[in-house]
Amino acid sequence: MTTQITKTEKEAGDLTRRDFLGLLGKGAACAGALASAGTALASSGGAANPLGGVGPAFQQEPDQYAEAVKNPPKIPDYNWTQHKWAFGVDAERCIGCLRCIEACKMENSVQMDRNHTRTWVERYAYLEGSDHAIVDSMHDIKNVIPGSKETRFKFDNRYKDNQYNDGKEVKKVGKVFFVAKLCNQCTKPSCVQVCPTGATYKAVDGPVLIDTKYCIGCQYCVQACPYGARSLNQVRGTAEKCNWCYHRITKGLQPACVEVCPTGTRIFGDRMDPESPVNQFIRNNRVNVLQPAMGNYPNVFYKGIDKEVF
Amino acid sequence: MEHDIFHHVAPFTGFTFPNETEVPWSELIVIYPYITGLVAGAFVISSLHHVFGMERFAPISRFALLTSLCFMFFAPTPLLFHLGQPTRALNAVITPHWTSAMAAFGYVAAFYVCLLLLETWFSFRADIVKMSKTRTGVMQKVYKLLTLGSDDVSQRALDTDHTIARRLAMIGIPGACGLHGYVGFLFGSLKTREWWSSDLMPIIFLLSAIGSGVGLLIVIYVVTSWWRKKPTDAGAMEGLLYVLWTGVVVVMVIEALEMVQMLYKAREGVEGVMDLVTGPIHIPMTMQWGGSLLALIITTILMLYGTKGKKLVFWLFVSGLAMMIGVLAMRWNVVIGGQELSKTMRGLVTFHPEVYGRESLVTVSTLFTAPFVVLYLAQKLLPTVWEGEPLEPEERVFDIHKAI
Repeated sequence: MTTQITKTEKEAGDLTRRDFLGLLGKGAACAGALASAGTALASSGGAANPLGGVGPAFQQEPDQYAEAVKNPPKIPDYNWTQHKWAFGVDAERCIGCLRCIEACKMENSVQMDRNHTRTWVERYAYLEGSDHAIVDSMHDIKNVIPGSKETRFKFDNRYKDNQYNDGKEVKKVGKVFFVAKLCNQCTKPSCVQVCPTGATYKAVDGPVLIDTKYCIGCQYCVQACPYGARSLNQVRGTAEKCNWCYHRITKGLQPACVEVCPTGTRIFGDRMDPESPVNQFIRNNRVNVLQPAMGNYPNVFYKGIDKEVF
Repeated sequence: MEHDIFHHVAPFTGFTFPNETEVPWSELIVIYPYITGLVAGAFVISSLHHVFGMERFAPISRFALLTSLCFMFFAPTPLLFHLGQPTRALNAVITPHWTSAMAAFGYVAAFYVCLLLLETWFSFRADIVKMSKTRTGVMQKVYKLLTLGSDDVSQRALDTDHTIARRLAMIGIPGACGLHGYVGFLFGSLKTREWWSSDLMPIIFLLSAIGSGVGLLIVIYVVTSWWRKKPTDAGAMEGLLYVLWTGVVVVMVIEALEMVQMLYKAREGVEGVMDLVTGPIHIPMTMQWGGSLLALIITTILMLYGTKGKKLVFWLFVSGLAMMIGVLAMRWNVVIGGQELSKTMRGLVTFHPEVYGRESLVTVSTLFTAPFVVLYLAQKLLPTVWEGEPLEPEERVFDIHKAI
């Protein structure tokens, strides 16, 4: 696993961003091929063909499909009882570049708009003298790159020079920070509890998965998730959420958002491996989880979050 | 897809999660508890006669039962229209995931439809047998089929019918309460939304259901009596007044208690609740309390002055309608309001219903009109629903000779 990750990281270092995202696209193509072959692992990932059977995966280009059929990926043996995946977010490192969102959307064929996402980044800003933060994220139209048709995002410069104009007066900014959010793959997931069909379930190795061929699209899970991590994919008519790129991690790769994060904000690894990055992160830092009072026992561990982070 | 996005996305203020800007449960989920509520309410009225022997409800008890059945047929339809994958709806019945509050829905609804069908059949069997002998042509065959081969109308058989219908009604009362309390539980059990997460939710749903169901019966009874040019039964109207008054009083008290409790506890985010009440749902909130208050004032005056005759009919009709509107607004406030308050408690989204489309006001109106149409046809099929009314052949809709 380590070898593969190192190799991919090395490749990523030599590539331009565009090439790299293209590479991610090929990753999706591979996952699509797996889904077509009826592989259980890949069908739980986002790239499964919604119509079932053999054929291009969701949003897969014909040439990507052809390549996936020609060069099917070699899947290493994977035993889900030997892993316990966990995620770390070092909020102090996040610069709000939002590459994670774009990588996720491409990797997992998430709907390309600002209202459906598997992962997002929130910006918290305290004005001087205020105890409450002003929060914004990708669904704020000002954070969408104009002309990108809601496919690309960038935090706007509203706190330029530590000043904020709220329409009435210009105020000084106390502090600003970013917090990345994604599915917490809870130990006691509310979404799994409320799913009437069992289409969403907790995998032995940690992630909560959705069987998109069995989900009825009632959206009870969307209501039940305390973290707002779920949405309805309008095209598939089924629930959608982050699965830590299950199709990648079971092949020894990192989730797409972790792969592209330029600052090491996102940390991923196996709790069963004492030296994994996430175990080191949890061991070496004082970490917190979101909304612990909900009783969901999240598996995304945060460093450097603040009382206002919900 | 662009079209979908344009219509589904709700504007927001404050801090909400990005995924929350598409409201998951639309106006279809507003009328789902509304319709089941009407079913439960109408059933309770029919049971007051069938089970408790309150004779004043005799003239409308079978009509109430038929109303309950016709509305129950359509109770699951809003859910079906709402599903992202409607063709997979039965997955929840084939492989129910029992930790889910929703998993039992298919069974509960099916059980209740069966129970209502059985009770209706036992209540009307003697009349069906009679009509299978007096009618001619195709309709005779239809009625013959409806007798299910049981054409014994001896006193002993009729007594058995009555006993079974009464026992079914006795099962039906906890059934109706369970059905609607269960709908309240679907909302109340979600810990993520402060606006829903209340132990009082099932009780509020149940009581308002009875209120709206009585309101519906009053409205339909008055309108149909006027339509048939028949006087309304004074005793029945008085009885409906008592039930409606009790319903309104209890509903208002419990709802006020819930609101006060939420504000008094003042947990984190109570400001968000206040913003919601005074913001996106202030109009339906006014309608909810205005409707209930109007119904309360009118029924109280009617009771104080012992109003009778045409005045009672008119004002009871108005208060019944006010109650129906008030409860509909309450359903909106619960279902839509709960989603308009962000899970962060620090932001609001504003839901704008679509007019056309699968999940739209047109669908809602169609689904809500359908039970009335079916009820019209059902009372034509079973004209004895109006107690003591002679069978007038020329009014038969299902008469094959008339059709020719």
